[in-house]
Amino acid sequence: MSGPNSDYDPVEVSTLQPEEVAAARDAALAAIAGATDLEQLKQARIEHTGDRSPLALANREIGALPPQARKEAGQRIGQARGAVSQALAARQEVLEAEREERMLVEETVDVTLPADRFPTGARHPITTGSELIADIFVAMGWEVAEGPVIEAEWLNFDALNLGPDHPARTMQDTFWTAPAEDHVVLRTHTSPVQARTMLSRQPPIYVVCPGRVFRTDEYDATHSPMFHQVEGLAVDEGITMGHLKGTLDHFATSMFGEGITTRFRPSFFPFTEPSAEVDLVCFVCRGTGLNGAGPESCRTCRGEGWIEWGGCGVVNPRVLAACGIDSERYSGFAFGMGIDRTLMFRHGLEDLRALFEGDIRFTTAFGTEL
Amino acid sequence: MKTPVSWIREYVDLPADVTTEQLAARLTALGLKLEAIEKPGDQITGPLVVGRVLTMEPEPQKNGKTINWCTVDVADANGTGEPQGIVCGAHNFAPGDLVVVVLPGAVLPGDFHIAARKTYGHVSAGMICSAAELGLGEDHDGIIVLPADAASPGDDAFAVLGLTEEVIEFEINPDRAYALSLRGIAREASLAYAVPFHDPAERQVPEPDADGYPVIIDDPSGCPVFAARRVTGFDPTAPTPGWMARRIQLAGMRPISLGVDVTNYVMLELGQPIHGYDGDKLDGAIYVRRATEGEQLTTLDGARRTLSVEDLVIVDGSGPVGLAGVMGGATTELSETTTHVVIEAAHWDAVSMFRTGKRHKLSSEAGKRNERGVDPQLPAIAADRVAELLTTYGGGTVEPGATLVGIAPTPPTIEIDADLPARITGMPIEAATTVAHLEAVGCVVEATGDRLTVTPATWRPDVTDPYDLVEEVARVVGYDQVPSILPREAAGRGLTREQRLRRRVGRLLAGAGCVEVVSFPFVGEATFDALGLPADDPLRHTVRIANPISSEEPSYTTTLLPGLLKAASRNLGRGASGVALFETGTVAFPADRGAAPIYGVDWRPTDDELAKLFEAIPHQPLFLALVLAGESERAGWWGSGRESGWADAIGLVRRLAAELGVQLDVRSAARAPWHPGRCARFEVDGVELGHAGELHPSVCKAFGLPVRSAAVEVDLDFLMRRAVDVVPGPELSTYPLAKEDVALVVDATATVADVEDALRHGAGELLESIRLFDVYTGDQIGAGKKSLAFALRFRATDRTLTEQETSAARDAAVTAAAERCGAVQR
Ligand SMILES: [Zn+2]
Repeated sequence: MSGPNSDYDPVEVSTLQPEEVAAARDAALAAIAGATDLEQLKQARIEHTGDRSPLALANREIGALPPQARKEAGQRIGQARGAVSQALAARQEVLEAEREERMLVEETVDVTLPADRFPTGARHPITTGSELIADIFVAMGWEVAEGPVIEAEWLNFDALNLGPDHPARTMQDTFWTAPAEDHVVLRTHTSPVQARTMLSRQPPIYVVCPGRVFRTDEYDATHSPMFHQVEGLAVDEGITMGHLKGTLDHFATSMFGEGITTRFRPSFFPFTEPSAEVDLVCFVCRGTGLNGAGPESCRTCRGEGWIEWGGCGVVNPRVLAACGIDSERYSGFAFGMGIDRTLMFRHGLEDLRALFEGDIRFTTAFGTEL
Repeated sequence: MKTPVSWIREYVDLPADVTTEQLAARLTALGLKLEAIEKPGDQITGPLVVGRVLTMEPEPQKNGKTINWCTVDVADANGTGEPQGIVCGAHNFAPGDLVVVVLPGAVLPGDFHIAARKTYGHVSAGMICSAAELGLGEDHDGIIVLPADAASPGDDAFAVLGLTEEVIEFEINPDRAYALSLRGIAREASLAYAVPFHDPAERQVPEPDADGYPVIIDDPSGCPVFAARRVTGFDPTAPTPGWMARRIQLAGMRPISLGVDVTNYVMLELGQPIHGYDGDKLDGAIYVRRATEGEQLTTLDGARRTLSVEDLVIVDGSGPVGLAGVMGGATTELSETTTHVVIEAAHWDAVSMFRTGKRHKLSSEAGKRNERGVDPQLPAIAADRVAELLTTYGGGTVEPGATLVGIAPTPPTIEIDADLPARITGMPIEAATTVAHLEAVGCVVEATGDRLTVTPATWRPDVTDPYDLVEEVARVVGYDQVPSILPREAAGRGLTREQRLRRRVGRLLAGAGCVEVVSFPFVGEATFDALGLPADDPLRHTVRIANPISSEEPSYTTTLLPGLLKAASRNLGRGASGVALFETGTVAFPADRGAAPIYGVDWRPTDDELAKLFEAIPHQPLFLALVLAGESERAGWWGSGRESGWADAIGLVRRLAAELGVQLDVRSAARAPWHPGRCARFEVDGVELGHAGELHPSVCKAFGLPVRSAAVEVDLDFLMRRAVDVVPGPELSTYPLAKEDVALVVDATATVADVEDALRHGAGELLESIRLFDVYTGDQIGAGKKSLAFALRFRATDRTLTEQETSAARDAAVTAAAERCGAVQR
């Protein structure tokens, strides 16, 4: 390239003529607009903004102009180059967006492909059902008490006012460990846990005892030699049957929904006096029984509007005495119901045995929480 | 207890419009549990009428049977007044007899539609009915023949047969023995409707004298009262009146003969069990005493029984003639030749009755009442009532002389505060209401200020305690009046740590794809054999069940695996391609500390006594077991599937330990039921936690599982006890990490755990973590060797480590591995 030449006539430098610059700019803009992909745009960029492009060459000539002409030519070239680089950037953005869009389309997958690579686990409904019940009581400030399944006869019977000749012992056919003279049984209810609780501490006592129990029943659709119970015990000053009713109503409503409350019928349990059977408003027909007894009636309650739920009552003061609690100062209530049975009617199970077969199709239906 | 409603109404002035359903509901609210309502006529729709047989032509048939072609007068019941022609297969009647005729258009029980039909060459327009065809109990030979004056032809037979009768069956709780009688149930009905009650036990009986049948009571505690009467000249062939037989039948018992029926009828009526002896077969005076050990007696049911010293027996000159209060003896029983009846009505000690019934596995209507407690005032009344009915329907005379030995026990008096029922039930019960209701249930009440002295009725031996009186008052007020109030808020501490951990374990396993199982804990030797346990394996030392459901499984289990293995096999059998099952449950190990004591119940046993009690109970730790069989990952569009195996089983235990923050030592072990080369033993601080690994192929085979199935069994109680309680907050260094990989060649038998331990020990405290990332065996390192590649990560808490520091730590780690495990760096 040449240095400044004071004699040089700027008009004679054709590349710096306005028409030439405009033509070069227009050619560049046309090439940029015509680029349909990033490769073509790259070519246009090299051709029209590269070192050997007309505008680059023209730019280099500016220095050769006399100072008075430089400003004008510089402005002209600068504007042209600016327009080209702006167009390039804009086109680049458009073409990149287009390419990205195309790529996203190409990468489309079938989202309906299955995701069953790993099998689903589940906890048993008896476990989660027991927890659900426990949580209802824990929310009321109660505690969950537990005890051994194989239990001393004294705790399973005598301490609960079921003496050796009590007629109620014939109602419960008991598994005894051998030899029977060892006075150890498979507990027939979770009540010995209540006895253990009272033996170990003084009132106020508010405990709920879920657990596994045994009776020598035949194994069929509604009976099992092993089943699960939840019992509750409250011992405090001033406890009444009204508190029992309030607690069971709250339990029923928490478990089955608003409007599902309980009713009491007089009954007999050695552990309690007065004693009652607890019925629950049928949560399927909501106590209507649908069309009463008959073929159209509610299957869950057989048209009666009520479901037998369990037994309850005021703790017999003899039990308090055997457990070292002052029955003049304290009174208590207790209740008990079958967890398996409760699940059966809550979930419409027809056959109790499904709970103990271990079929994963059954258990996974319940998931990990009830 | 089945109770015909008409019989109840006989003793209570119930409003006429009270329905059977309403009555049953009110009595249920008082404590008699409704079992069922029976309406025998409900399954029959008419016309069912009385007819008189006019003619009867026997016609022998080719099949050897003889049928009777009858014409029967049913008056206008058939619409024509003409005799009805009916074919009848029975022969127990004659022209002139009154019979029950069902006419075409009627429906009998079993949805049996009656129509005129051609049979044996006649058109038979209806049927002459038997009791069975009408659903009136058992089949007797032939059709029903009504007494000559029972009705007239054309009369509706429903009323004549008592088909309009309705029966309520109650389940009687053990404390309400008085309700095992019409007397008791009617009394409750009068209470329910507050209407007058006419006590069938209210009758004048002759004063006891010395002329009655001689009775000597040797054991007044077992037999406090014994009444006897005599009837002579009784006609043993006299029939039981229809109404009595029907009531006995409706009450669920079987009419047998007048003598027996009368004793049963009076038992149903009053609740007092009665025994009748053939007076001519009794040898002298009646003695009541305890049996001598080994004494023999043949009871009415024909069973020869060996008696115990605790059994009460009735004895005459010949020896035992009855198991007192439970069942009579065969030698003196009433028979079709009995004309001299000695009536026994006695009060027995309930506990003795219960024990005898249990000992001899005898359950009788009499025993059921005697063991629950009968009104001790009844014996003389019941004996008199029996004598009356026997002579009314069987002729003969009641002999003068009434035996009544002993004194009826008197009920205890109970003192209560007048407000006790209100205080215990939470119902606003006034003192006056308490007094009124106690009197309504038969108590005698004396009020002194705020105290009541209450004497229960003689028929309520169950009422002994203040709270018994509370129940009486509460049930009369009505349990539906109990308010619904929540107790004060208890100050509980939520779930225990152990309870929370148990939930966490369950959720972790379910999250890992395992399904929880609940199985029966019963096990037998065959199962232990199938597990391949050696003969002296401690797991075979079990808590035995004295009365197991199955003699094959007589023990409470010491391992949860059998239930899981069976469930796994069941699932695969039902088409599952793979299962991962877990169970948490207690197992039992014998305490071997002798018998558990039986203490009194009047006060709390001492702490030492309780400790003895607890010691005698088997040790029952909570175990966790898992069985993994078949596919654990499915094949799919992502690639191939995977079978579960030993590594999954061990991995789950590691995850569990990590979740609970327990430092777990894993060592190889050889133990049934696992594969001897693929079994891990877990330890925490040197104490065994359990095992996991691949199951022995023979165990897989025995339980029908694919080989390579894996299992875990650990002591969950122990694991939870070692769980970290309060996690110390980790201190994180932000200085740069230095990574060093080392590959070590060791003997093939060396364990990763040992090499890793050595590296960790050698590397010192700059080591942040260590992880095995590759295992290589092959030509490059030679036979009997393996190469283990570990990634070591170093970091200091207070500075950036220099290269020299890092490589020095790595070299120290490698040196330690070389010294301890003979490792050579590759
Ligand atoms: Zn319903």
